[in-house]
Amino acid sequence: MSAPVDRVLRAGAEASSEKSVVLANVSRRRFLQGMSLGGLVLAVGFRSATAADEPKKYGADGMPNGWVDNPLAFVSIAEDGTVTIVCHRSEMGQGVRTGMPMIVADELEADWKRVRVAQASGDEKRFGNQDTDGSRSTRHFFEPMRRCGAAARTMLEAAAADRWKVPVSEVAAKNHEVVHRPTGRRLGYGALAKAAATQPVPARATLRLKDPKDFRYIGKGQLKLVDAVDIANGKAQYGIDTRLDSMFYAVVARPPVLGGKVASVDDAEALKVPGVVKVVRIESSPPPAHFNPVGGVAVLARNTWAAMQGRRALKITWDDGPNASYDSTAYKASLEESARKPAKVVRNDGDFAAASAGAAKRLQAEYYVPHLAHATMEPPAAAARITGGKCEVWGGFQSPQAARDLVAKRLGMSADDVTVHVTLLGGGFGRKSKPDYGIEAAVLSKAVDGKPVKVTWTREDDLHNSYYHTVSVEHLEAGVDAQGKPVAWLHRTVAPTIISTFNADAKNEAPLELGMGVINVPFAIPNVRIENPEAIAHTRIGWFRSVSNIPHAFAVQSFVAELAAAAGRDPKDFLLEVIGPARQVSPETLGDTWNHGESPERYPVDTGRLRRVVETVARESGWGRKLPKGRGLGIAGHYSFVSYVAAVVEVAVDAKGAVTIPRVDVAVDCGPTVNPDRVRAQMEGATVMGVGIATLGEISFKSGRVEQNNFDSYQVTRITEAPRVIRVHIIPGGDYSKPMGGVGEPGVPPIPPALCNAIYAATGKRIRRLPIRDQLTV
Amino acid sequence: MIALDINGKRQNVDVPGETPLLWTLRDELGLTGSKFGCGMALCGACTVHVDGQAVRSCITPISAVVNSKVVTIEAVGGEPVGKALQAAWVENGVPQCGYCQAGQIMSAAALLRRTPKPTDAQIDEAMGGNICRCGTYTRIRAAIKQAAARQGGTR
Repeated sequence: MSAPVDRVLRAGAEASSEKSVVLANVSRRRFLQGMSLGGLVLAVGFRSATAADEPKKYGADGMPNGWVDNPLAFVSIAEDGTVTIVCHRSEMGQGVRTGMPMIVADELEADWKRVRVAQASGDEKRFGNQDTDGSRSTRHFFEPMRRCGAAARTMLEAAAADRWKVPVSEVAAKNHEVVHRPTGRRLGYGALAKAAATQPVPARATLRLKDPKDFRYIGKGQLKLVDAVDIANGKAQYGIDTRLDSMFYAVVARPPVLGGKVASVDDAEALKVPGVVKVVRIESSPPPAHFNPVGGVAVLARNTWAAMQGRRALKITWDDGPNASYDSTAYKASLEESARKPAKVVRNDGDFAAASAGAAKRLQAEYYVPHLAHATMEPPAAAARITGGKCEVWGGFQSPQAARDLVAKRLGMSADDVTVHVTLLGGGFGRKSKPDYGIEAAVLSKAVDGKPVKVTWTREDDLHNSYYHTVSVEHLEAGVDAQGKPVAWLHRTVAPTIISTFNADAKNEAPLELGMGVINVPFAIPNVRIENPEAIAHTRIGWFRSVSNIPHAFAVQSFVAELAAAAGRDPKDFLLEVIGPARQVSPETLGDTWNHGESPERYPVDTGRLRRVVETVARESGWGRKLPKGRGLGIAGHYSFVSYVAAVVEVAVDAKGAVTIPRVDVAVDCGPTVNPDRVRAQMEGATVMGVGIATLGEISFKSGRVEQNNFDSYQVTRITEAPRVIRVHIIPGGDYSKPMGGVGEPGVPPIPPALCNAIYAATGKRIRRLPIRDQLTV
Repeated sequence: MIALDINGKRQNVDVPGETPLLWTLRDELGLTGSKFGCGMALCGACTVHVDGQAVRSCITPISAVVNSKVVTIEAVGGEPVGKALQAAWVENGVPQCGYCQAGQIMSAAALLRRTPKPTDAQIDEAMGGNICRCGTYTRIRAAIKQAAARQGGTR
């Protein structure tokens, strides 16, 4: 399987190559669909004549089931004037249930106080793509949602004009009513609702969008989150809160090693536990792991606690299978060995070897980032029931359509007979892109004749059977000139690939991983060589907020700071010099065929924007200010999800080596914004998560088993260790014709290197292995 | 049958006395505002008040609270401190995913009842047991201070 991946990677250099289409437009799910059919090979190798003539599709156009802008799917108006707007993307804390409807409401001239938000079930034919990942919702659906609102507004205006028998040009919708300008007559949206619904949906080309200067909500940030009151009152409903009549509560004993199976089970004691009703085997699936349940033994009971007690009483012997030898310490050594040898070249500018040989000085460093688990505060949980040949599933899913399709497949039903109700997600971070827990619920419901079953994962289950962030070694070498400026740059990145979860043979990073801050680093260095040695996965590798940008940015931004230190230069000035002058770099010239699924013309890598966030954060943080002993500032800037983020972290390291973070400044350029308060919130949250990754987070394996069990051994950042102050500086996005960037993920990558660079400034100690944990302890 | 005083109401539940309060609230009584996050009193998502004290309901057997008054997130807004905190949470846009916030508010309410004007160190101490994976801590701190100021330091 690696040969075609090679071809695809190289195709990136051939700017107009049709071969790159499939991967260039890859969405997480479409890619997987291709993989599961062996489609990576087929799609690249056997393109039909018609397909070859199709232009590349980017953005929402390139996603499975694209976008829908039909107001009848998204907007309904009751006769009391209540406007209901459907949000088809999943809410996991990014604020999308406020942001998407806000766009519609603004164009609709709806009064936000009279707007209700309804959550779409998984149905992409009706709503367009629902894969809520890749930091894509706003940039992909800003325009379709505007058109939805504008179309509905036009229908209301047409209905009012009909009623008054006046030309439609004489009426205008404003703040929940339509006004006849010449006479001042008014009709509320409620009074017009019925008539408006019978109006034809206006053609897209005829739509009149608002002038952005007239926006009431978009870009203002004054609206409170639609779910905030319910959250504060404890009424908000997450998947784990689902309650159905006569529902069984289930927990599952899953194989501790990926690929393991039940050798034998004795459930006699479990069935004696008060409240336990039934014990059910869940069959595992052959590799690849995909989104399938890992199998195991489920205990169904009258409440969750009884189910947990029943599970404890099961006597299971596991057949661990080949991954039982997975050991993180040994694996780290094997990655390091690979990282020190020449490997597959994935980008090659100039002549690294010659330039390095001729350089005044050569430096090298290696960086390690371990596996991580998302540890969403709501562990995976879902409920299902089957009645009359139809299955309903409730849960927090980032990809409800995938949940629907896979439940249907597993139960041997048509997807038309499966409804996936999307609840709030108690955190997602990529974990809930994989609906294995929803399939479990459906399988268990089927096992009890369709009765409702809710499956709840405990924290231990979550940490032991996750889709982990990869583990990586990043080997960097540079040849520098007499002034210490790099003239030759080698980056060897080695990590088990996400693709291995869908194709057990995959051993190389895919374009979507290499395009996360390793090949698409736009530095002004003439000789660049990027290599990617093979790595074999022994657990399920999955997306974790900002994905491969985490290790890549940690290595690249740390190494630049190391070069600055070696040259005796200010790290900020040196970083700007390495970025070089403001220019727009085509991702294709960097070998990046993926470019987050966006058009390389509309979304070039803009070093001017990268410079600007670095300069802004330096200015706003008071870069260069005098600090007491034991304190330091560190800086990093990174481009990901077609946005630009830079951070300055201030640390204080005490005599015992304990690190505190008095302040972090973050500058973000994500283009025009819809809800600036949520942009701030995402940067704040990403900062805290980045601090946790840098200081505490590690999932390790011994004998194929995860060594961490709960928040005692898998630590995450608490209020006591979180930065005391986080200041977010949003670069003004300009007018709304400019391309929008992602927000949910790009705040994470710059934080670990900025923090470690600050520690170096404070102590002279360079951290190259995450997490820091006790590395500074004296 | 075990009789409990939950949110001012007498509730009879037919589960063993060692059943944790959390699962009794959630599964038997349908009060799902208190959340499960760890089962070991490590994350604070399940925090409720038992006789006014913040308690992790995931490790508290119901047998331990038969003679106590239990207040959950569903009813804490009936008290001035709880109401002020809920309002501050909304106003400051604290929640992201929101899952941990019930527990955060319950811990904060117990803090403010005891310490109407908490210092940063007192906030750290009271809130250090509540994890927010979305990382809303700076806003949690701001909201607690705002609620404290609005309460004017009175109970």
